Amino acid sequence: MQYLVSVVDDNAGLATPEEMAAIDVFNERLQAEGHWVFAGGLGGPDTATVIDNRGAEAVVTDGPFVESKEHLAGFWIMEAPDLDVALKLAAEGSKACNRKVEVRPFL
Amino acid sequence: MNVIDVEEAVTRAHRAEWARVVAALTRRFGDLDVAEEAAAEAFATAVERWPSDGVPPNPGAWLTVTANRKAIDRIRRDSKRDDKHKEARMVLDDDPPEPLGAIEDERLRLIFTCCHPALAMETRMALTLRMVGGLTMPEIARAFLVQESAMGQRITRAKAKIKAARIPYRVPSAEDLPARVSGVLAVLFLLFNEGYLATGPGTDPVRADLTAEAIRLARLIRALMPDDGEVAGLLALMLLTEARRTARVSASGELVVLGEQDRGAWDTALIAEGHRLVRERLASGVAPGRYQILAAINAVHTFARDVRDTDWSQVVALYDQLIRIDPSPVVALNRAIAVAEVDGPEVALAIVDRLGGRLAGYHAYHATRADLLRRTGRSDQSRAAYDRAVELAGNTAEVAYLIRRRDQLG
Repeated sequence: MQYLVSVVDDNAGLATPEEMAAIDVFNERLQAEGHWVFAGGLGGPDTATVIDNRGAEAVVTDGPFVESKEHLAGFWIMEAPDLDVALKLAAEGSKACNRKVEVRPFL
Repeated sequence: MNVIDVEEAVTRAHRAEWARVVAALTRRFGDLDVAEEAAAEAFATAVERWPSDGVPPNPGAWLTVTANRKAIDRIRRDSKRDDKHKEARMVLDDDPPEPLGAIEDERLRLIFTCCHPALAMETRMALTLRMVGGLTMPEIARAFLVQESAMGQRITRAKAKIKAARIPYRVPSAEDLPARVSGVLAVLFLLFNEGYLATGPGTDPVRADLTAEAIRLARLIRALMPDDGEVAGLLALMLLTEARRTARVSASGELVVLGEQDRGAWDTALIAEGHRLVRERLASGVAPGRYQILAAINAVHTFARDVRDTDWSQVVALYDQLIRIDPSPVVALNRAIAVAEVDGPEVALAIVDRLGGRLAGYHAYHATRADLLRRTGRSDQSRAAYDRAVELAGNTAEVAYLIRRRDQLG
């Protein structure tokens, strides 16, 4: 079972060196214990480009698809047997990156 | 066998066996939805068949076997329609539950799953009433004053989340157990309070159906976890509160405060049971948690045959103990009410006034202040505080009481 753990940023800052170091330690643990699938940090919302190619031609728009105070700053994809394990890992991830996280199961 | 006897047998079996049947089926089929539906069908079949066939010698076994058949029928139907059904099972933990005392019971898994912290509090209460309590959807909707369709959706969403996000069907590990038990107790306490202090203008001031159900569930958890002090504490607290239920609202629907209640109308059997539990916890010598202290406070009140016999300094001492583990302003407010009886209303008023910043939106803060201001002869200020309390109070009996008190001011 895989879970997406999204990192929610509400103060629009990049991770500090201390936060980066804590994230590294946490990632190593995920790998050592077999929970690691993938993880990554994202550029800020102002680096986003929206593309809509449902019509005749692709429409390219500058900026995020939704303006909000909170944005997705990064994510983990974790392997866990059930939600209790995923929540426990996510709680440690939240502590390491010093941000809120959201846990969602993959279908 | 006559119809009344059969009806009684079905009702008895429903109370005793519903949670067990749902739990056993969830364990076997890994699906709350299948378990709930099959259990409901099995009970419907009992209603149909028992009058002519007679009540089986072991109703629980009969219901489990019947429900198992119904579940298998449904799974066959579903798997013809959708082969992927089997993949979407809940995670089952094959290990036996952590030893929690003498009894290991499937129902514990059910309770912990229904009260999982990843579900919203209202959802936990509704799911617990349905899956563990066996209340019907219309009954639960009525209890929470929402439309049946809205309640049905809430429960359907919860079951879907449990399955999709893999909320496990197991008793938590020993290290998580204390936090998860207190989560379960919080669900039961909220249920009880919703019954005891029902809010809403068109609502009965006390919902006996909800308080009774909360007590029944607390008894079940107590039977499953007999060594947990807080479980015993919460059950005792509920019993000692429930014992005063009929004395607490007058014939005209007005709240009767503790000091003015007809103590002869209290339920002595419930009080004796509550006192027994409190004594048992005291004898254990283990430091009490919040529910045990609240139960002890209620034991002091129910011990006094006359309000004048109340050992108020004991009540204050217990609140002091409670404040050390729960330094919330609401606890401080309740402590102040006891302080007024020991050190006088002036001292209590000074304590209460310091809480105003954090409790300005809480009706009981204004009601307490109003009473203390009245007792210290400040009628005008008291009237203003009663006005504010009336504005904020949601319970019809409490509003009626506050208005009468305000109008009695000279």
